[in-house]
Amino acid sequence: MINYTAIYSLILREIKVFLREKERILSILISPLLFLFVIGRGVKAEVAIHNYTYQQFIFPGILAMVILFTSITYGLYIIWDKRLDFLKEVLVAPISRATLFWGKAIGGIFGSMIETIILILIGSIFIIKINLLQALLILISAIFISTMLISIGLAIGGKMKSMEGFGLVMSFLTWPMFFFSGALFEIKDTQHYLKIISMINPFTYCVDIMRKILINYSSFNIYLDIFMIFLWLIINSYIAIRIFGNLQQTK
Amino acid sequence: MDTVIKTYELTKKFGHITAVNSINLEIYKGETLALLGPNGAGKTTFISMLSTLVKSTSGTATLCNIDINRDPLGVRKKIGIVFQEPSTDDLLTARENLYLHSMLYGLNKNEINKKIDEIMGIVGLYERKDDFVRTFSGGMRRRLEIARGLLHEPQVLFLDEPTLGLDPSSRKNIWQYIKYIKEKNKTTIILTTHYMEEADLLSDRIAIIDYGKIVALDTPNNLKNKLGRDIVILKGDISEEIKKLDFVLNVENIEHGCKITLKDINKNLKELINKAGSFEEIEIRRVSLEDVFFKFTGHKIEEGKENNGIFETIARYKTTGK
Ligand SMILES: Nc1ncnc2c1ncn2[C@@H]1O[C@H](COP(=O)(O)OP(=O)(O)OP(=O)(O)O)[C@@H](O)[C@H]1O
Ligand SMILES: [Mg+2]
Repeated sequence: MINYTAIYSLILREIKVFLREKERILSILISPLLFLFVIGRGVKAEVAIHNYTYQQFIFPGILAMVILFTSITYGLYIIWDKRLDFLKEVLVAPISRATLFWGKAIGGIFGSMIETIILILIGSIFIIKINLLQALLILISAIFISTMLISIGLAIGGKMKSMEGFGLVMSFLTWPMFFFSGALFEIKDTQHYLKIISMINPFTYCVDIMRKILINYSSFNIYLDIFMIFLWLIINSYIAIRIFGNLQQTK
Repeated sequence: MDTVIKTYELTKKFGHITAVNSINLEIYKGETLALLGPNGAGKTTFISMLSTLVKSTSGTATLCNIDINRDPLGVRKKIGIVFQEPSTDDLLTARENLYLHSMLYGLNKNEINKKIDEIMGIVGLYERKDDFVRTFSGGMRRRLEIARGLLHEPQVLFLDEPTLGLDPSSRKNIWQYIKYIKEKNKTTIILTTHYMEEADLLSDRIAIIDYGKIVALDTPNNLKNKLGRDIVILKGDISEEIKKLDFVLNVENIEHGCKITLKDINKNLKELINKAGSFEEIEIRRVSLEDVFFKFTGHKIEEGKENNGIFETIARYKTTGK
């Protein structure tokens, strides 16, 4: 079912494309950096949480946010492939749709990794001390978080017909996932309804695990975080593979 | 003869449009079948279903005895396709495009580079192989796409208007190469084209398709013979008398005159001219594939133009959103 040479070649393609489209790297960093340096600095004095400044408290969430935006955007980019008709070439190739999915999904991890490394560098210079072990743990978590989120993007992108839906997904899915994740606040201290939404939100656990690694503070048990990330990874990739299975030529 | 493709009432509907309408067709091993038909006749849709890119609404087909609906992956292992619309990856170089293709099709790693060089030479892109595809002209892109479709030497090859937009000499090269591949591998080829010359030259059989139905299917020669062998075009004030002559097979009114298909021209031409009355101009020629095309589809076709015409493109864009 899974063709590893094909996966490898699809990954190679994504990496090449990513490296050639450098503007994408920068454009994705803008919102997170605004949050980090404008909101992060702006409200730092009032709410210092658990001995950390507000900026330090939200840094892990912003790091996760970068992965979120990179991953979802990447997944949705499959619509471009459809528009450029490049997808046709891959759809007609003798590879299963599961192979296509994993090639695409893993190919996107590279982008998230680069963005994560940039954020780790920015963070360790301006905001918080990060040791090598922490950096390593962050990168390992980023692999799985990114795959889980890319699957969401690919599933939606596989269903969408045109790039116009892109903005809608960003406004109605990506931003809410970010705001309801506890990236900017402590979930335990909030309203009941916020708490419930947060717990359904897969991104909450991504933020939580980053916070655990970076400032040794978390709202949930770390094993719950890991469990939820893997659970969502399985659910999302399953759905995405099903959607890929029905992909047809659309022109 | 071994059957490679067999379709059973194959049908595709897009909303209220029936693009392909219950086609039953058998295609044999090693033959080249040309699909001719006006724009929107359903040629591309037919090919898309056989190559598993579009699901049929009803009916099915087998390719190398594999059912297209039950085992699309199995079908995809047997085929190669050159799409009507561009599908190379702009962000990669020509070589990378072919390399990606080779890997997807599981070609032997040690041979990939050699094969790529070889095929790039054949389509005349060897010097440009490391350039980005986005810097290519339309025709160069087309040649790259043909190279890609032929690279893995499939058993069944779909060519959807392969030489669209190519200059005459590139076109000749491609024709030669298609013939060569066919001889060498006994490849079964399904070709669509709006160039009658191309169909005449490459195909063993021709299927004319109109409104999603096959309206004629035979060898190019038989199709022409069905119309008669020769055509006489007379311009001027032509008498109705000629319609009554028993050697006249068909009379079609055209601008300032008529187009007459007749039997045994050597014997009968004189009598035709006598009966025709006062004509100003006469032209005599063999029946061509184009005549066959008009006969069966009743539409006009202008080589090349139809396909690139801006109005067609806009109209098509409006109806299909592509
Ligand atoms: N994705 C689609 N959605 C809706 N209608 C479609 C779609 N694809 C094709 N059609 C319609 O199906 C019919 C057949 O189209 P098709 O592309 O198969 O024609 P064709 O014979 O290949 O024409 P051409 O010579 O212009 O390439 C047309 O009426 C077209 O509008
Ligand atoms: Mg077509």
